[in-house]
Amino acid sequence: MMTNYQIKESPEVYDAIVVGSGAGGGMAGYILAHAGLKVLMLEAGPFFDPAKDALQLRMPWESPRRGASTTRPFGDFDAAFGGWQLEGEPYTTVKGTEFEWFRARMLGGRTNHWGRISLRMGPDDFKPTDGETEAWPITYDEVKPFYDRVDRMIGIYGTVEGIRNEPDGIFMKPPKPRLNELYIAKGARKAGVPVIPGRGSVLTEASPEIKGRGVCFYCGQCGRACKVYGDFSSSSCLVIPAMKTGNLKVIDNAMVREVLTNEEGIAIGVSYVSTTDMQEYAVKGKTVILGASACESARIMLNSKSKAHPGGVGNSSGLVGKYLHDSTGASLSGFLPQLLDRKRYNEDGVGSVHIYSPWWEDNKKVGFPRGYHIEYGGGMRMPSYGFTNWIPSVNDKVKGPDGQARDKGGYGASLKQDYRRFYGANVGMAGRGTALARKDNYCEIDPNKVDKFGIPVLRFHYKWANEEIAQAKHMQETFQSIMHEMGAIITSTIPGADTLYGLEAPGKIIHEGGTTRMGNDPKSSVLNKWGQAHDCKNLYVVDAGPFVQQGDKNLTWTILALSMRTAEYILEEKKKLNG
Amino acid sequence: MNRRDSLKALGLMAAGSGILASSCQTGDTNKEGAKAVSDKLPGVQDFEHERNLALAEEKFFDAHEMATITVLADIIIPKDETSGSASDAGVPAFIEFMVKDLPDNKLPMRGGLKWLDIQMQKRHGKSFVDCQAEQQLALVDEIAYPDKAKPEMQQGVAFFSLMRNFTASGFFTSEIGVKDIGYAGNKPGVWNGVPEDVLKAHGFEVGPFFG
Repeated sequence: MMTNYQIKESPEVYDAIVVGSGAGGGMAGYILAHAGLKVLMLEAGPFFDPAKDALQLRMPWESPRRGASTTRPFGDFDAAFGGWQLEGEPYTTVKGTEFEWFRARMLGGRTNHWGRISLRMGPDDFKPTDGETEAWPITYDEVKPFYDRVDRMIGIYGTVEGIRNEPDGIFMKPPKPRLNELYIAKGARKAGVPVIPGRGSVLTEASPEIKGRGVCFYCGQCGRACKVYGDFSSSSCLVIPAMKTGNLKVIDNAMVREVLTNEEGIAIGVSYVSTTDMQEYAVKGKTVILGASACESARIMLNSKSKAHPGGVGNSSGLVGKYLHDSTGASLSGFLPQLLDRKRYNEDGVGSVHIYSPWWEDNKKVGFPRGYHIEYGGGMRMPSYGFTNWIPSVNDKVKGPDGQARDKGGYGASLKQDYRRFYGANVGMAGRGTALARKDNYCEIDPNKVDKFGIPVLRFHYKWANEEIAQAKHMQETFQSIMHEMGAIITSTIPGADTLYGLEAPGKIIHEGGTTRMGNDPKSSVLNKWGQAHDCKNLYVVDAGPFVQQGDKNLTWTILALSMRTAEYILEEKKKLNG
Repeated sequence: MNRRDSLKALGLMAAGSGILASSCQTGDTNKEGAKAVSDKLPGVQDFEHERNLALAEEKFFDAHEMATITVLADIIIPKDETSGSASDAGVPAFIEFMVKDLPDNKLPMRGGLKWLDIQMQKRHGKSFVDCQAEQQLALVDEIAYPDKAKPEMQQGVAFFSLMRNFTASGFFTSEIGVKDIGYAGNKPGVWNGVPEDVLKAHGFEVGPFFG
C-alpha cells in the first residue's frame, strides 16, 4: 500500500515570508504589510490575542495551584505558553557546558510575558571602547532615528537623564516609586549607586500617534499580557494591527523546517510542518525573513542544507550559531524592618520597572569589561503560591510586636500575625549584565537527535568565563552594600565563589543573541549591517541573532529598532529592483 | 483610547469572560477551588486544563491523613478575631491538590504524617489526631522551631516546615486569606505614588519623585 505522504504546496507567491511573530518578526511584518507588501507570517504556536487570552485581573484562588509555576515557569497566570522545556522539543548540551533555552510558542512569542523594560543600547555598546568586546558595523547615531520611531509608535515611559551610554528616548511620564523603592533609592545613593526612574513600554499616557490601545490602569500584571493593549506585546501592537491592513496573513501552529532555495542559492520559500495535523507544507516568497528567536533562526538556517549551501543557508562563514550570548544575572533578597506592619493600600503600579540603576562604574576600577544594570523588586504584591515561605525562616531577625526576642519558625496566632507583619516588607535586587559574545559559546545541530517533528535539534556549548564571574561578584558586593545602607536585613544566603556568586546559568535571563551576527566582512559575520545574509541576498534575520555584542540593556527595544531598519531596507531594495 | 476607554473596554470584556463576576463572588473557598479546576479559563492551554482535571480526579491522601492535615493546618493558622482558620479557607483540599501537582512532595508529606503518628504512638499510644490538644501542641512545639529542635527531631522539623509553607500558601491565597493580609490591588485604578500620610510617616518628602 502506498503511504499518502506529500508536501502540500501553496501556489501563491508572497512578497515576504516572516518566520516568527515576536518583536523582530512582528515589527518586520507590520512595516512591510503597511507598505502594501503581501506578507505571510508563520508562527510555531497558536494564535494569541491578549484581549481574549490574557489571564489578567484574576485572583490567586482562580488557579487551583494558586499561581504556582508547575506548567508555566513564571506561574499559572503568566502569559508565556512554553518555557525552558517543551514536550517533544528537546535540545542537548555538550558535556561540561550548560544552556537553558526558553521558547514561547504563541503569537507574539516572548513579548507577551516579558518585563517591558525598554532600554536603548548606547554609543559605547555599538562601538565599545573597552578593547575586549567587538564593535558593531553600525553606530548608535544610525540606529537612533529608529529607536525614536519605536518610542513614538509603541510608547515608553521614562525620564531624560542625559547619561552618555544610557540614551534618552521620547518618554511618557514614569510611574512614581513604591515605598520600598524610595528606601532602595535612598540606600543605593548612599552606597554610591545611582537610581533613576524606570523605562518601560507601558502607556502611562494617551498619545495621538497610538491608536486602538488602552492606557495603563495600573494592575501591575504586564506579565500576564494586557487585555486593553496598554503595554507592548508583538501580538497586540504589531501583528494584529498588521493583519487589519489585509496584507498580512498569519498561519499559526506552523513549525518551520527549513528555508527552501533554488539552484543559485536564492531563497524561494520555506517548508513547515503543521503541529495540529502533522502534514507537511511549502510556501513561496520573494523574500524570507527569520525572526524565530536567535537560536531557532540559527537552527532553521543550519538545517537548510542544499548544494548551494552545504553548511546551511547563510552559513558560508561557518558562524551561524556561534557567538551565542545571554545576559549575566544574579540577585539578592532581604526585607526592610522599617516596613513591618505597614499600612495597606494598592501599590500594584505598572508591571514593568518603576526604578532602576544604570551602569555607573569606571571599568578601569572594577577589573572586568562592560557592566550591568540593577532591577529592584518587593512590596505588597498579589499573593501567590509560596509568597509567604520566607517569613518563618527570618521572623527571629527582629523583635516581636511585644518587643521581646523570639524564635525562628513557630505556629498559631503569633505566626499568623507574623505573616501579616512581614507582608510587603521584602526587597529584592537583580543585576542584568553584559556577557561577552565568544566564538566558542555556540549552538549547533546535534548529529544524533531530532524532535517530534523529525527536525534535528540544537546542541549547546556554553561556559561562563572570568569576565562574567567577576561581574557577578561585583553585583553581590553592590547588593550587600545597598542592603546595608538602606537598613535591610538580607534573607538569602549570600552566594560565594563556589556558586559563581549566584550567576544564573546561561539562558536563564532569556536574552540570548549573537548567533547570526552582522558585520562588514562575510568571513567573520553571517549578515551584513542590514541584517541580510551575505550569501543569500533575499534572506534576512530580524531577531537578536544579528547582535554582535549586546550591552547590559534588555534586547527588545533594539530588536524592534533593527527590525524596522531591516524592513525598510527591504522596501528600498524592492523599489530599486522595480526600477 | 484614554484611561476611561480602557476601563470601559475592560468592563465589556469582563462581562463576557466573567472576570469581574468571579472576583466579586464570595462564599465557600473549597467550592471556589473546585470551580477553578472544572472551568477552563480563556488562555489556559488544553494540556493544562486536561492535567488539572486529571489531578482533581486522582486521590492521594486517605481519610486519616486528611484528618491529620486538617488538625495540623488549623494549629498553624487558627481562627482569630480577623479571619477564619486554615480549614475554613479550604487549605486541606489545596494541599491534596498541590502534592499531586508537585509530586515530589507526596513522599515527604506522607512520610511526615506517618512520622508524626509514630511519635504519638510511642508517647501516648494513639495516633496524632486521637491525642489531646495539649499533647498535639507539645509535639508541635518540638518541631516548629528549627533552632531549638533536638537533633532527633530534625525529620519532624523538615516535615513541619513543608506543612507550614503549604498551609500559609493555601490560606493567604484564598479569598479569606487575601482579605486578611490586606492585599488591596488587582483592580483598575490610577497609581499616583505613595499616599501622603505614608510618605510622612516614613520620613519622605511629599513633592520630589524620589521622596
